[in-house]
Amino acid sequence: MANQARNASQGGWFARERTVAKPGFNRWMVPPAALCVHLCIGEVYAFSVFNKPIATLLASDPAQVDQLIADVGWIFSIAILFLGLAAAFGGAWVEKVGPRMTMATAAALFGGGFIVSALGVAWGQLWLVYFGYGVLGGCGLGLGYISPVKTLMSWFPDRPGMATGMAIMGFGGGAFIASPLSVRLMSLFGTPAAGDTPAVPGVAGAFVVLGIVYFIYMMVGALIVRVPAKGWLPAGYVPPKQSKGLITTANVHVDEALKTRQFWLLWGVLFLNVTAGIGVLGQASLMSQEMFPGLITAAAASGFVGLLSLFNMGGRFFWATTSDYIGRKNTYMIFFLLGIILYALVPTTGQMGSIVLFVLFYGIILSMYGGGFATIPAYLKDVFGNQYVGAIHGRLLTAWSAAGIVGPVLVNYIRQYQINSGVPKADAYTVTMYIMAGLLAIGFVLNFMMSPVDERHHMEAEPEPSRA
Amino acid sequence: MDNNTTTTSTGKLALAWAFVGIPLAWGIIMTLLNALALFQ
Repeated sequence: MANQARNASQGGWFARERTVAKPGFNRWMVPPAALCVHLCIGEVYAFSVFNKPIATLLASDPAQVDQLIADVGWIFSIAILFLGLAAAFGGAWVEKVGPRMTMATAAALFGGGFIVSALGVAWGQLWLVYFGYGVLGGCGLGLGYISPVKTLMSWFPDRPGMATGMAIMGFGGGAFIASPLSVRLMSLFGTPAAGDTPAVPGVAGAFVVLGIVYFIYMMVGALIVRVPAKGWLPAGYVPPKQSKGLITTANVHVDEALKTRQFWLLWGVLFLNVTAGIGVLGQASLMSQEMFPGLITAAAASGFVGLLSLFNMGGRFFWATTSDYIGRKNTYMIFFLLGIILYALVPTTGQMGSIVLFVLFYGIILSMYGGGFATIPAYLKDVFGNQYVGAIHGRLLTAWSAAGIVGPVLVNYIRQYQINSGVPKADAYTVTMYIMAGLLAIGFVLNFMMSPVDERHHMEAEPEPSRA
Repeated sequence: MDNNTTTTSTGKLALAWAFVGIPLAWGIIMTLLNALALFQ
């Protein structure tokens, strides 16, 4: 008790002890807290709307714009890299300080990253944008992503998949808000074209507003988040007394988890599931236009990308919730088996000229891509226990960073190789689809090999929690 | 701790969900309007 009071006074309002819920707190207040963070950091998926405007502002003459777009594209890549690094190395700290401190830190880094980037754009210094949005913002992304995961699963031990699915769905949905909002802000702060003078997009102004708004929004999440009191259990929920199948009642330390075969199997499972989805997501616009020449215009392709993002977001909630009923291993079995079938059928939809089937198949594929992200925290909880699941999840997210590089490269290079070999553009994706199906087949085998963690990796059992 | 009674008011709960739900709904509507071009 004395220790708790001392810790709370040291950490002040941010201390974990200050976030312990009072009796009678409604656990349904916690998902909105998590969504406050995830809806903001999900902005990263929409960052490409700034690429051309930033390149336009930095270019000394219009001919330089295309060349600069590639340099500007690095902002996103650096952010994703630092997302992975912050999640991997910050996980243990997140476990120690609790969700409020983590969310507030993420808010300061993500919001501050925008402000620094605004200065970079205003002064014409791209390196400052790399540092602002890429490094600072990326660290905010990583910490923000993992901050509510363990807290949600502690509040919803009866439905951990649904709980994390809700938050991670917010990450998928953040782009829907950010994309139209960013375009409007750039227009508001920019100068419209007049005569021979081209329009000047208001990127710096948009960054300042986004930085402030995101900071405040994420801080609301930090304000309302609560952790359950020790021993709290939801009414009517009886925790399992014994391990059953992959679901353990023991806990594995984060450092010990990396020594287990199961961690690396799940790393491979996530890596392959993400690789298959992310490559397609990045090329969706171009691919739809090339597979259906004359039928899908650039504007329609933009709608296709939006629709895929909706499936990506919806799949996060749907599949993670489904996993609470059919089990995580079975859920991933469906991802891989159904994914193989759908990837193999996609080229046929192009040959048939069926846009409806093409959109439907890709929609389901992308729902399983999102579902993979949302189901993995609960899978980790099943296999490694709840105590270090936040930190273990953070380390596993390095699979996302790796897939973020491999997936797009695979799709882009195979397409280019096919075109260079004389294959028509409409058919250039056929081999890619079959390779994706092959990757999913490997994922199926890895998931099939999942088994309970050997007891030698378990931590010493703590006294069983009791209802207060 | 009594697990069956909650002291969090319904208004507070509704406010928290509206705070995240309204922007998300706006974003989804914007995306769906954009996606209509695919089938026109």
